Amino acid sequence: MSTLPSSVSSHSSLRWAVSDVLTIARRNLLAVVRIPTALVFMIIQPIMFVILFRYVFGAVIKVPGGSYVNFLIPGILVQTMVFGSVGTAIGLAEDLQKGLIERFRALPMARLAVLAGRTISDMFRNVLVLVIITGVGFAVGFRPHGGFVAYIQASLLMLVFAYCLSWGFAFIGLAAPNSEAAQAITFPIIFPLTFASAIFIPVLKMPGWLRPFAINQPISQTADAVRGLMLGTPHGASTWIALAWALGAILVLAPLAVNRYRKAA
Amino acid sequence: MSEYAVEAFNIVRTFSDGDVRALDGVSLQVPTGQVFGLLGPNGSGKTTMVRILATILSPTSGSATVAGFDVVKQSNQVRRHIGLAGQADTVDENLTGFENLRMIGLLNHLNKAYVVAKSRQLLDDFGLSDAANRITKTYSGGMRRRLDLAAALVASPPILFLDEPTTGLDPQSRQDLWGIIERLVESGTTVLLTTQYLDEADRLAKQLVVLDHGKIIAEGTSAELKMRMGTTVLVLNFNTTNDALRAQPLLADLSSKPANIEGTVVEMTVDNGPATTADALRRIDAAGITLAGLALREPSLDDVFLNLTGHKAEDAPSDEPVAKGRRHSRKVHS
Repeated sequence: MSTLPSSVSSHSSLRWAVSDVLTIARRNLLAVVRIPTALVFMIIQPIMFVILFRYVFGAVIKVPGGSYVNFLIPGILVQTMVFGSVGTAIGLAEDLQKGLIERFRALPMARLAVLAGRTISDMFRNVLVLVIITGVGFAVGFRPHGGFVAYIQASLLMLVFAYCLSWGFAFIGLAAPNSEAAQAITFPIIFPLTFASAIFIPVLKMPGWLRPFAINQPISQTADAVRGLMLGTPHGASTWIALAWALGAILVLAPLAVNRYRKAA
Repeated sequence: MSEYAVEAFNIVRTFSDGDVRALDGVSLQVPTGQVFGLLGPNGSGKTTMVRILATILSPTSGSATVAGFDVVKQSNQVRRHIGLAGQADTVDENLTGFENLRMIGLLNHLNKAYVVAKSRQLLDDFGLSDAANRITKTYSGGMRRRLDLAAALVASPPILFLDEPTTGLDPQSRQDLWGIIERLVESGTTVLLTTQYLDEADRLAKQLVVLDHGKIIAEGTSAELKMRMGTTVLVLNFNTTNDALRAQPLLADLSSKPANIEGTVVEMTVDNGPATTADALRRIDAAGITLAGLALREPSLDDVFLNLTGHKAEDAPSDEPVAKGRRHSRKVHS
C-alpha cells in the first residue's frame, strides 16, 4: 500500500460534484460507444420518417412556402431530439434494474450526479444524432435559408428543450419496474405530443377540436421556432414560448426526478 | 476506531405500508476487525439489514451507527467508511474491469493517480489483470463477483458489507473468495457477512446472529450454535415410508431433539456420531427393518433452522425483496 500515491484529495465539494457528474456522463457515453447498435436504432427511426414523409406522403402534403422537405426536416429534427430524451428513462431504468444505482447510493458521491450525468450524456448523444440527421436532411434536399447563426440557434433550442424534457423521462425511468416498462410508459406520452403537432404537417389542416392543442403544445411551439429560425421565416414568439416551456418543464420535472431518486432503490 | 464497527439498536423496517415487516427489532454489535456473520434463509431480512447499514435504505424505526456515524443523519460520513459487495454483482457490463474500478474510485473522491494504481493492484490481487481491459459482459460469474468485491475495496474501506458473497458461485470461486476475505480481515478490515450457508459462516465468522422472519433467533459463535444442536446429523435411508415411520420411535431416545422424517428419510442430530450410529443400526436390525443407506454429516443451516424454529429454512416465506429478486419486485420498496 505504501507504494501507491496518496489518496488524499482536497477539492471542494462543488468540484467533486462536477467531477461526479462527469464520471457518470463519461461512463454513459462509453456505453454509447460500446453498444453502437443502440445508436443505430436511434438514427434508423428518424431516417425512416424522413423517407416516409419526404417521398411517400410528401407529394400530397401542401405547406405554405411550397417546399415540403424544408418544412419537414426541422420537424423531424425536433421529433428526433424528443425521442432521444426518452433514452434517459430507459438508461436509468436499466441502471436501477442492474443494481448500479444501489451501488452509487452507497458511495460518498454527489446525490444529483447520477441524474445530471445521465441527462447530460444523453444530451451529448443527441448532439451526435442531430449532426447525423441534419446530414440526412441535406442529402434529401433540405435547403434552409435562415443563415448559419440562426441554424445554430435552432439546434441549441431543440437540444435545450429535449434536455429539460429528459428530466421527466428520468422520473419515469426511476419509477418504472424495468426498462421495457419505462419504454412502454413513455410511448402514450410521446405519441400524441409528436404527431398531434406541427412536426409533420401544418396544424391549421387539423380538425378544429384538435387544433388548439396542436398549436399550443410545447413540441409544436418548438417545431415552429426551429423551423422559423432555420428557414428564416416569421415564427412569432414561438422561440420564447418554447424556452418558457423548457424552463417550466425542468423546474417541475427535475425536483420530481430527484425526489424519486432519493426513494428509489 | 471504537470497539464496535457497527452497532444497531432495535431496527425495524416495514415495506408495503407496514404490511411486510422485513426487520422486526434487530440489534447487533459488530466488533472491529473481525468477520461477523448474519445467517438466515431467503426472506429472513439479511439483505434489508445490510442495505440499512449501507445507507441505501432508511430504517422505519431504530438507529444504527457505522464507524461511529449515524446511518441516517450522517450517511455521507458512513459512505466514506464502507464498501458494499454481494450476490447482485453490480458491475457495469459496458465497461472494462479497469474502468469499473476507476469509476468507483473517482466516485469515492480519491485522486486520479491513486485510483489508477489501486485499481491495477486490485485487479492483480484478484487474478483479473489479464481481463482488465475486457468488457465485463464477457466475464464469468466468478470473475464478476471478484470484480464486484474489488470495486468495494478501491477506497480501502475499514468496514466491508458482503451480502451473500458466494451465492451462486462454483466451489473453486467460493474457496478463492473465502481466501480473499480472510486476508482482508488479517489486514484489519471489519466484515459484516450475510450468508445462507453454515459452512461459510463457520469458516469465516467469529460471531454470528441467526435471523428468521426479521428477528434474531440465536446468536453466538459458530461453535456455540453447533453445540446447541448436537455435533452431527445422522441420516437414515429406508426402502419404504412405512419402514421409516416404524424405525423413528425406536430411535427417539438417541437424540435430545425430535427426529425429522421426510418420506423414506429419517434425520436426527446426535452428540456422539459413531456410537449412536452403531446403536441405531442394532435397533433397526433387531426390529427386522432393512436399511437402504446411511450417512453422517455436519449440521447444515437447515438443521440449525429446524432446531431453532421448528421449520425448514426454505419454508420461510420469502416476503422480503431480497437482492436476487429485487429487480423484479422493486416496487415493494417505494
